[in-house]
Amino acid sequence: MSLLTVDKLSVAFPGHVAVREASFSIESGETLALVGESGCGKSVTAFSVMRLLPSNARIASGRILLEGTDLLSLSEPEMREVRGAKVSLIQQEPMTSLNPVLSIGLQITEVIRRHEKLSRRAARARAVELLDLVRIPDAHRRLDDHPHNLSGGMRQRVMIAMAVACRPRLLIADEPTTALDVTTQAQVLDLLDDLRRRLGMAVLLITHDLGVVAQWADRIAVMYAGRIVEQGGIEPFFARPLHPYSRGLLGARVDVDADEHYSKNRLSEIPGSVGSAAGQAGCSFAPRCPVAEPACRRAVPPLVALPDERAVACPVTVVLAGGPHGAALR
Amino acid sequence: MSVQVDPELEVPVSVDTGSRAAPRKHRRLRAFVRNPTFVAGVMILAFFVFLAVFADLLCPGDPLDMVAPPVLWPGQDMAFPLGTDSLGRDVLSGLVHGSRASLVVGISAAAIGLAIGMLVGALAGFFGGRIDTALTRLIELFQTTPTFILVIVIVAIGEPNLETIAMAIGLASWPTVARLVRAQFRSLRESDFVMAARSLGYSRWRIILQEILPNALPPVIVAASVMTANAILIEAGLSFLNMRDPNIVSWGGMIGDGRDQLRTAWFLTALPGAAIALAVLSLNLVGDGLNEILNPRTEP
Repeated sequence: MSLLTVDKLSVAFPGHVAVREASFSIESGETLALVGESGCGKSVTAFSVMRLLPSNARIASGRILLEGTDLLSLSEPEMREVRGAKVSLIQQEPMTSLNPVLSIGLQITEVIRRHEKLSRRAARARAVELLDLVRIPDAHRRLDDHPHNLSGGMRQRVMIAMAVACRPRLLIADEPTTALDVTTQAQVLDLLDDLRRRLGMAVLLITHDLGVVAQWADRIAVMYAGRIVEQGGIEPFFARPLHPYSRGLLGARVDVDADEHYSKNRLSEIPGSVGSAAGQAGCSFAPRCPVAEPACRRAVPPLVALPDERAVACPVTVVLAGGPHGAALR
Repeated sequence: MSVQVDPELEVPVSVDTGSRAAPRKHRRLRAFVRNPTFVAGVMILAFFVFLAVFADLLCPGDPLDMVAPPVLWPGQDMAFPLGTDSLGRDVLSGLVHGSRASLVVGISAAAIGLAIGMLVGALAGFFGGRIDTALTRLIELFQTTPTFILVIVIVAIGEPNLETIAMAIGLASWPTVARLVRAQFRSLRESDFVMAARSLGYSRWRIILQEILPNALPPVIVAASVMTANAILIEAGLSFLNMRDPNIVSWGGMIGDGRDQLRTAWFLTALPGAAIALAVLSLNLVGDGLNEILNPRTEP
């Protein structure tokens, strides 16, 4: 059984639907990257798993199974026992994600004591271990520091320490390095990868950086306009992306080795914008798609399973790839 | 981090990294001490607190007793350095004992106002929606009523003693705090660290009390000192209008008593008036100083 199974999840806001029938699963110990451009619904998907959506959002349908329990059927107090203990969240902005008036030691010990019966002293010892674990030098001295004494990278490490304090089974990282500079970014992602191995947790990595995905993820799910359009392992995906949108994304990358530079050649792009399919039937990528057929504009293509544990929601690609080997992915 | 310098070489010889937390606390304290407005306010306020606490030692006996001939001018009889009023009561003793009434009413009225205001503001700001709408209407209802009139009505209904007066002023002055706290909660509840706290499984009450409230406090602390000053002014106004406990001496009451001799013995109104002005000024200075110290934009 998968650690987390998201089954046909739809999330609606007043006036628009942010996530449409998204299905994916995460095995324990693996890193799944959820990729897409801003506003495609990847963060909404992640916050649905935590059940921390804004008050005007509504989960219209679907199931979210964590180790077999449907999180959507839990009461709010039951859900609070899941948050931080079984599923944790790391946010984008380390500069504002820590409470500015409390010392980091207090913030970490409070999390531990929230979910586990430990004395203050024992929790403090655990906090030192955790700071060591996230590679903060001089951990026991740092405990009494306040967030404003720490740099962005350090704060993100403290956030990670708090998130993994109670050994969660799943860590959701919502663009954990977007706000950090490139060197810090690599250190933080290496740290996350290391912790994943050591603590045996799964990571749902939300990002729009394909370079990050290539280096740190095991599998990828590509989202476009609220739907998952392609899923698969990292190697086959980067070797041969299937969905026209994935191909467009990979084509839009700049390859330094091939001596590409915007001063010499025009960079390739995907024509049109996400909004171009608003209110239309059929595949939402069809208006921008180079291989779209008239049928694409009539019905939404289902996510079809292919060999190599891949899946794609594009009938044209499925035919090109030699047809489905198996039924449509649930 | 403190650096010890060898006086002869003037070169740092040992760097002490072991006591990081202590100097930081001192730095925080130094911000208070270095603010002249705050220091001046605290010193004047401390003087009045000293008078109130040691009133019985400084001026023994009941300040309402007739102890001397009426209307002695200040300096006329050194046993009564600030003179006596038309009933022969010692003005100095009245001023010293009167500081009790002013401070007690000021502080307890501010405490009542803060308690109600923070509760209402926190609930409205955190929960939003219908709770917010209902509580905002309640705040507006109180805000549209003139504070002083409301206090007079409440005191007129109840007994004119210190408890009623403090309660009345507290009940009339909470809306300011409520609006302040509500605005703070509305912006802070959307902040990333509140989302982080929710994602770690904390309950609403724990988030309100431990995550949001400490971050919402600085402007409330500033408001509290101004509220105390206002409460002292309102209490003086009530006493002047004779809505006071007749068994307790208060500055406002002394002004009211001295009104008849305004042309012949002006010091009877000027001295308690000066005391009120000084007390209110000290609280406003403390408020201004706190505003500068606690404002995150001016923090070093």
